[in-house]
Amino acid sequence: MHHTLVALVEDKPGVLNRVASLFRRRAFNIESLTVGRTDVPGVSRMTVVVDSDEVSVDRVTAYLYKLVNVLQVEDLRDVPAIARDLALVKVAVAGHDRAQLLRVVDETRAHIVDTGEQTMTLEITGEPPHVDSVIARLEPLGIIEMVRTGQVAMRRGDVALSATQYS
Amino acid sequence: MALDRTGAQIIWECLVHEGVTTVFGYPGGAILPAYDAMLDYPIRHVLVRHEQGASHMADGYARAGGGVGVAIATSGPGATNLVTGIATAQMDSVPIVCITGQVPSKLIGYDAFQETDITGITLPITKHSYLVTRVEDIMPAIKEAFHLAKSGRPGPVLVDITKDAQQAKATWEWDPTPVKMRGYRPKLTVAKSQIAKAVDLIKASKRPVILAGQGILQSGAMKEVRQFAERINAPVAMTLLGLGGFPASHPLNIGMMGMHGEAWVNHAIQEADLLLAFGMRFDDRVTGNIKTYALNAKKIHIDIDPSEINKNVTADAAIVADLRHALKDLLDVVEPGDHSQWLKYIGSMKGDSAVRDIQSLPDNGHLYAPHVINDIWRLTEGNAIVVTDVGQHQMWEAQYYHHEKPRTLITSGGLGTMGFGLPAAIGAKMARPDAEVWAIVGDGGFQMTAAELSTAAQEGIKVNVAVINNGFLGMVRQWQEFFYERRYAATPLRSPDFVKLAEAHGLIGLRAEKRPEVAEVVKQARAAEGTVLIDFRVEQEDSVYPMVPAGADLDAMIRRPQQPPSVLVETGADPI
Repeated sequence: MHHTLVALVEDKPGVLNRVASLFRRRAFNIESLTVGRTDVPGVSRMTVVVDSDEVSVDRVTAYLYKLVNVLQVEDLRDVPAIARDLALVKVAVAGHDRAQLLRVVDETRAHIVDTGEQTMTLEITGEPPHVDSVIARLEPLGIIEMVRTGQVAMRRGDVALSATQYS
Repeated sequence: MALDRTGAQIIWECLVHEGVTTVFGYPGGAILPAYDAMLDYPIRHVLVRHEQGASHMADGYARAGGGVGVAIATSGPGATNLVTGIATAQMDSVPIVCITGQVPSKLIGYDAFQETDITGITLPITKHSYLVTRVEDIMPAIKEAFHLAKSGRPGPVLVDITKDAQQAKATWEWDPTPVKMRGYRPKLTVAKSQIAKAVDLIKASKRPVILAGQGILQSGAMKEVRQFAERINAPVAMTLLGLGGFPASHPLNIGMMGMHGEAWVNHAIQEADLLLAFGMRFDDRVTGNIKTYALNAKKIHIDIDPSEINKNVTADAAIVADLRHALKDLLDVVEPGDHSQWLKYIGSMKGDSAVRDIQSLPDNGHLYAPHVINDIWRLTEGNAIVVTDVGQHQMWEAQYYHHEKPRTLITSGGLGTMGFGLPAAIGAKMARPDAEVWAIVGDGGFQMTAAELSTAAQEGIKVNVAVINNGFLGMVRQWQEFFYERRYAATPLRSPDFVKLAEAHGLIGLRAEKRPEVAEVVKQARAAEGTVLIDFRVEQEDSVYPMVPAGADLDAMIRRPQQPPSVLVETGADPI
């Protein structure tokens, strides 16, 4: 099972290493891990998707809290949440029906962000399953290069994991 | 303000402010500025013979004295040599601070001479670590290191300080305000709902067993555990690291649990309807097969570390708090209980087997390690601080030296570090100079760190070293005997003449080969001024019983084969 955890962490050297090392050391599989700044200087936010059972994900949370640089952890298991993933996909335009590619772009809300002589680069943003499905439709057309950011997530509604409390 | 201190001086200023009087270390290039500054500060430096000795000494110092131990080493190999001692302290939750020199900050990342990424190497085996590259960061890092090491669940913290940070100057002013860290707030108070749940479980229980762990020593909860056990009238089973946290002679103390625990204790745990885990973590050496562990028992788990709750066993009531606080809250509400039937039943399982085990050793004129340890217990009247190494002698110590007081047994439990005994004993003696300190070690582990005899000699301290010499790596040999058809691969061990080795260090060396000689050499060792080493030539192929094979059910124990009673042995329950 995939579980999404969000962690506010101190923006200090080695913090990403500490978090990654924890997952490795405790033998958890990371599906994706993203990290970026928040609105508060010195506080970063991580979204970690782990592949584990229910009991183990409780352990992960407890272990994360043992890291001195981890400020707060939110488990998005049982709450409504927004999840987004972004992919850039470079697709060959030669050798197949260009109209077919444009149809996929049109039907899937993908954006053309770059065009070359032989290729076209698309940006796909959305829930991870949406990104998966677009990529699946692009595959027969010939994917040349691809990158995904991994999932970022946030709880829906008025409850917030605010970084300002740590400013 | 004037730039009045170097970083090197600031290190010592901080240590003095933290109340440090003794450090264990070894100099080298990247830590030289700190060593140069050391001479001007009122701190005793113990020069070790290998940095592993420094981290083990800091560990023994912390465990014996209850404070924070400090180890110092240079960069590169100096720092990596600390690693085994750091991992040992991490597994057993011992507060130590390791200060290492690092190459100048401009050289970091360039594979400079004696550069190593020690914060990276120790990342999974420290509670936290710092790489300090600026002089103004030294004080906050050291302050936080001490705070982290000793608070919450204690552990090792490493502070790696570049040479240029040690050499740079800064304005010195001690910041007396308590450390505040926004990501670190150990929980000390107790949730009322969990107390109520625990009280209900205690009330409903007919067959409770208290599992007494090292958390008792860490939180200083000896009095509260005793009051609590007496109040609810429950038997107390000890973990290895818990020994001394509850008096061995107390009628409710049923003995040690686990792989080499007493048979009746393991049976009692398996038949219990309630386990009260006090500052222990259900290690696999304690539970045996976790799938069949205490299946009929509800569990109340009190631990300061939330990540221990539901890790190995699922708790029915979980109290995340300092044990002493938790027990105080429980004592406010828990009602007296009477489990005399249950205690009587455990007593009947025990029978005379405690005595029978040691009495069934054959009388063939040879010397047996359990006798040696039992005699040391009797002759020291149970008052010594005993530091062990790892292996058979360690388990025999736990079985046959009966500890009444906390911090009188110092042993590497979680990591099982051979070579721990002698240096940790030296550290313990430094922390408790008035105490009688015995290192009980095997011939294998002793030789891993035997060079520290030289440290003991140079420092002029007195530690009695009992080498339980059976000519084998005994515990591994025992496993080979039980599980590998007696194929003794790489376990026969040839050692130097330990008496001469002691004498070569200017120390006293003694030897005992027969039971009647034991008391004589122990008395001589106690009366002598300096460190004494005794070479106890014991039975070569004796084994530790009972034994739960690794992964087996806790009540599936290998017992000592029955032998005709010996006339030589006596194991009186009271010290002489």
